[in-house]
Amino acid sequence: MTVVPKTGAPKTETGYNFAYLDEQTKRMIRRAILKGIAIPGYQVPFASREMPMPFGWGTGGVQVTAAILGPDDVLKVIDQGSDDTTNAVSIRKFFVKTAGVATTTVTADATIVQTRHRIPEAPLKAGQILVYQVPIPEPLRFLEPRETETRRMHALGEYGLMHVKLYEDIARHKTIATTYAYPVKVDGRYVMDPSPTPKFDNPKMHRSPALQLFGAGREKRIYAIPPHTDVVSLDFDDYPFEVNRFEQPCGLCNATGVYLDEVILDDAGGRMFVCSDTDHCEGRRANGHQGPMLGEAPQAFGGGKADDA
Amino acid sequence: MMLDGDHPLLAAQDLTKHYGSRVGCEGVSFDLHEGEVVAIVGESGSGKSTLLQLLSLQLEATRGAVRYRLRDGATRDLGTLNDAERRFLMRTDWGYVAQDAANGLRMQVSAGGNVGERLMGLGQRHYGNIRHDALDWLDRVEIDRDRIDDRPVAFSGGMRQRLVIAKNLVTKPRLVFMDEPTGGLDVSVQARLLDLLRGLVADLGLAVVLVTHDLAVARLLSHRIMVMRHGRVIEQGLTDQVLDDPREAYTQLLVSSVLQV
Repeated sequence: MTVVPKTGAPKTETGYNFAYLDEQTKRMIRRAILKGIAIPGYQVPFASREMPMPFGWGTGGVQVTAAILGPDDVLKVIDQGSDDTTNAVSIRKFFVKTAGVATTTVTADATIVQTRHRIPEAPLKAGQILVYQVPIPEPLRFLEPRETETRRMHALGEYGLMHVKLYEDIARHKTIATTYAYPVKVDGRYVMDPSPTPKFDNPKMHRSPALQLFGAGREKRIYAIPPHTDVVSLDFDDYPFEVNRFEQPCGLCNATGVYLDEVILDDAGGRMFVCSDTDHCEGRRANGHQGPMLGEAPQAFGGGKADDA
Repeated sequence: MMLDGDHPLLAAQDLTKHYGSRVGCEGVSFDLHEGEVVAIVGESGSGKSTLLQLLSLQLEATRGAVRYRLRDGATRDLGTLNDAERRFLMRTDWGYVAQDAANGLRMQVSAGGNVGERLMGLGQRHYGNIRHDALDWLDRVEIDRDRIDDRPVAFSGGMRQRLVIAKNLVTKPRLVFMDEPTGGLDVSVQARLLDLLRGLVADLGLAVVLVTHDLAVARLLSHRIMVMRHGRVIEQGLTDQVLDDPREAYTQLLVSSVLQV
């Protein structure tokens, strides 16, 4: 667990506006965000900018974060639940450099959490903002390629096609095989793609006290779920929505009821399941929880204790 | 189904479509009653497809109106329907069978999904019931039940066209538009499809507007016939009457052009 205090002006890069984007751009993005909040689940077009990273690496989420970030915010960035993978580390560094804000890996300490494809296990609180990086915002895209047509379908609330997709799943796999980017209906009106989060996280969106913002940079769309909004996963009466279940607890912290990643250990079929949310896992281990596969780190790595922070 | 003899299901008045200075279709008026099959015949470019597209709201008319008696009994000028009403009408009370079945199907979605699409669009949320209805309709259009999970890309032309018919009829529409439904099929497949269509139309009391250049198809399916040339209806009447005793010279030419085996 690490909390890096804000660096302040001296250590930030010079020559950039606060949080990289110029103020006019931020205003434009904020207008789109406000419209998105006013119409939950509706995809608001916005003039997405080039960012110093390739499309597909979170340019939408970064622009949303830049637009809402203030000097007193505490930022957490996760990539597939992890705080220490490339995407998370570089986006966190980006905002440290350009805005000098404090960062953290502790979900409870963050005011803004930018995420790629997970919702933290620790429940979010009122006042926190979750920013999702979205690759393809249009849930109807793979069944209806015409943008003009999908917009009209949203406008008229014609969402039968979404159920055709679920029907196909059941017909082929005997169960709804969609496990991520699972479509939801927001506030009883718009069907929305929750970005490629596992469907395990869908129930966490329902009536969350935190504000949820979605940014798709390449597709130039922003959408939002205001706090305490109904978010219902689509399903059939006789094939109700179910979340993924795991046979065993986390190998390191023994947690159950959390989303686990499978880690391949060797070429002989060895594997372990560990929490995808690294902060949650570290927090539990610091509190003395031990999973069956938790070992001692060698002394050379500063080991000898359960907490490797 | 109650037949309302006094009020037509659909009434076209002075339907006209100009493509710039060219005439697509000019001053067409006719009534269509419930359970009635009317064929529109004529050579290529005579305006029959334009007329069908005007009637089915795929084209906007330059002049004239189409009035339709909705399921609630109210007769409305279709030009005044809003987008939502028009699309609802199209996927519940109407069907459309095009010449190329691929236009009417989602080729990457299984046969069952194709048939179930309209049901799900109407809010059905029970997989078992949707599948049951889909199987029932596959039976009725003579597609084997075990093909329900196959995609239409794996179907022959005749099977695809039968699947389109099932997909359209699952919501029990009252009016079906058909644009050369048997075009591009070989004769034995054509015969089977026509036989099926004739049975379904009679069983369900469907009203049909059928566009064809094949007079034999018109003879087999339709009660009435309209002959078009240069965008105008030049002759209309009972099918047998028009085909056996054509009055206009052009109709006589059409009838005499049919190849005899």
